[in-house]
Amino acid sequence: MAENNFDAIVVGSGISGGWAAKELCEKGLKVIMLERGQNVEHVKDYVNAQKGPWEFEHRGSRTQKMIEDYPVLKRDYPLSEKNLDWWASDKDCPYTEIKRFDWFRGYQVGGRSLLWGKQSYRMADLDFEANAKEEIAVDWPVRYKEIAPWYDYVEKFAGISGNRDGIPHLPDGQFLPPMDLTCVEKDVAARIKEQYKGNRHMIIGRVAHTTQQIPGRNQCQYRNKCSLGCPFGGYFSTQSSTLPAAVKTGNLTLRPWSIVTQILYDKDKKRATGVEVLDAETNQTYVYNAKIVFLNASTLNSTWIMMNSATDVWPEGLGSSSGELGHNLMDHHLGVGAGGWVEGYEDKYYYGRRPNGIYIPRYRNINGDKRDYIRGFGYQGGASRENWSQNVAEYSIGAEFKEALTEPGNWTMGMGGFGEILPYHENMVKLDKTKKDKWGLNVLAIDCELKENELKMRKDMMSDAVEMLSLAGVKDVKGHDGDGTPGRGIHEMGTARMGKDPKTSVLNKWNQVWDAPNVFVTDGSFMTSAACQNPSLSYMAFTARAVDHAVSESKKMNL
Amino acid sequence: MNRRDALSRITLIFGGTIIGAEAFLTGCQPGNKELMTAEFNPEKITFLDEVGETILPTTASSPGAKEAKIGEFMQTIVTDCYTEDDQKIFMDGIGKLNKAANDKFDGDFMELDASKRHDLLVALDQEAKDYDKNRKEGDPNHYFSMVKQLTLWGYFTSEPGATKALRYVETPGRYEGCIPYKKGDKAWAL
Repeated sequence: MAENNFDAIVVGSGISGGWAAKELCEKGLKVIMLERGQNVEHVKDYVNAQKGPWEFEHRGSRTQKMIEDYPVLKRDYPLSEKNLDWWASDKDCPYTEIKRFDWFRGYQVGGRSLLWGKQSYRMADLDFEANAKEEIAVDWPVRYKEIAPWYDYVEKFAGISGNRDGIPHLPDGQFLPPMDLTCVEKDVAARIKEQYKGNRHMIIGRVAHTTQQIPGRNQCQYRNKCSLGCPFGGYFSTQSSTLPAAVKTGNLTLRPWSIVTQILYDKDKKRATGVEVLDAETNQTYVYNAKIVFLNASTLNSTWIMMNSATDVWPEGLGSSSGELGHNLMDHHLGVGAGGWVEGYEDKYYYGRRPNGIYIPRYRNINGDKRDYIRGFGYQGGASRENWSQNVAEYSIGAEFKEALTEPGNWTMGMGGFGEILPYHENMVKLDKTKKDKWGLNVLAIDCELKENELKMRKDMMSDAVEMLSLAGVKDVKGHDGDGTPGRGIHEMGTARMGKDPKTSVLNKWNQVWDAPNVFVTDGSFMTSAACQNPSLSYMAFTARAVDHAVSESKKMNL
Repeated sequence: MNRRDALSRITLIFGGTIIGAEAFLTGCQPGNKELMTAEFNPEKITFLDEVGETILPTTASSPGAKEAKIGEFMQTIVTDCYTEDDQKIFMDGIGKLNKAANDKFDGDFMELDASKRHDLLVALDQEAKDYDKNRKEGDPNHYFSMVKQLTLWGYFTSEPGATKALRYVETPGRYEGCIPYKKGDKAWAL
């Protein structure tokens, strides 16, 4: 059994799992990283990354067979023949929707770090203090000044490009040079600043791309084929960044096809002793032992593991003593925004495919603004010129029509909101013991919905977008309010929140399970509130901080 | 494709979604692959090549849709991505197009010269646009809208279309957000 003993186990290999493995390995621990899906080797396995658009049989579109095979993934953009292997099989891994919840999962080494949007923003005290001030859920046990050095730390390694905009509630970080705005975006940004007297900002997105070479990584090549894997390592992923760093220490063992079914718990010592693994290929069961366990299986899946663990002590699972395990599920609600076309600028264009756009940070319910809902939203979007799908008024077919389509068309500008969802106790997941996945394991049932606060916010998200773009000179601005189904943000958060009191939270301020201090949960499950920024950078920072704490506590024999 | 691209793709392609892609919303019957394999014979592929070439002909500056093997492309997409209803509309459309040719010029499409083909398709395009103007939710697609959409999509994402009619740079290497453009410069592919 000696080969199954490690100093630490990391469950999951996505953004936060990769960080946990890197940090633990660099501190000298022998680590095994368990991943439920296949291995994906950097560069070698990016089989579609170098293909031209014409080399995809259906040009990246979806076939009726794919639509049939992926009843969940088909609900939004991810379903594409270009990277289908990197999204979990809906048929092998079903779940129950008590209310509709679009759950888009990446089950392979690297997880969704291969697929993410790479937008990277810090949270601020506006976010950390909100629950306490408004008496919502429980207070965050952390404030900005405690986490700020860890944002610095992870940004320097991950490579985050951005502009130092000096916005207090969207703190600046350790940025690589920002990407350019397009000519139209620059002018729209200036008009918004003027119209709203400096209270609203349109900035270039802050994004995990190497706009400059950093150690071990090439510069971003502006191909915008990121979700096929980047052979240049131009964006942060487990493969491009944390995994090579962990491997370099000689301390890492990576085991793909390893579904962790439970954490093994010693009720006398009140500590986890390791995990049980079901080999996804052979269906054999294995046990791995360690004195530290990091859960980074993704929000919902980490909670699923806890629900299946130590049930002899707590019927609802490890971490359930507060009654909050599985509760307070959040996402960002989106699908609402506006767009139009822009007159002029016919003599302006751009070079390269920018994997980024504009960002308008939150401006609602701050600086004296007060709405009929709490919290707020940000916008992402951009301005570009139309391509061959433009309308040509003069010609309908033929040589002139074709020539017209070979030139860029009008400028258009659009943006969509990312709104905060409050942590509601009744938005939750639980085990569905009547349904099993391909491996005979019980699945999750998800019960989550938008409520009054979010629905009121969505009205502003549309009308504000229309107003801002119109005031900035965009023509024929039309608002849209599409599908706000939770899950579509692909920012699942909560279900194992951190807090100050073991009676009302699952984790303490160091991401330790109150009932098993050698178990750390540092994926999105820990989030006490959602803020409205893309959350991955915060997972990185909290993970690095938690590892530091784990190793220091371990040295003090406290774990 | 990231979220932003997906949003713009959906709204920009003819102000609607790609035909076939919306099938999951309406619960349409998926297409019949075996039937389509039988239906798409070499004559039909040649016919669709010529229709495509009329929509996007060879010009001094770039090859036409035929060089992009547009007939084969239509076969692939209609067979694999269309619903059964849309497959039927598309296949019936070939007959309707020929009938329109006979009504207008007293001959099959393949027998017409380039200028008559052009005039015929201009008229059919107008017919499809008028149809779409009065179209209600749930009404079937017009066959000519399908043919035209497939021609444009297939051509501009093909190797000859992307690299000769447009400018395709596999690895740009840098990004410049605001540079001069002069009339006549080709648009970027993708």
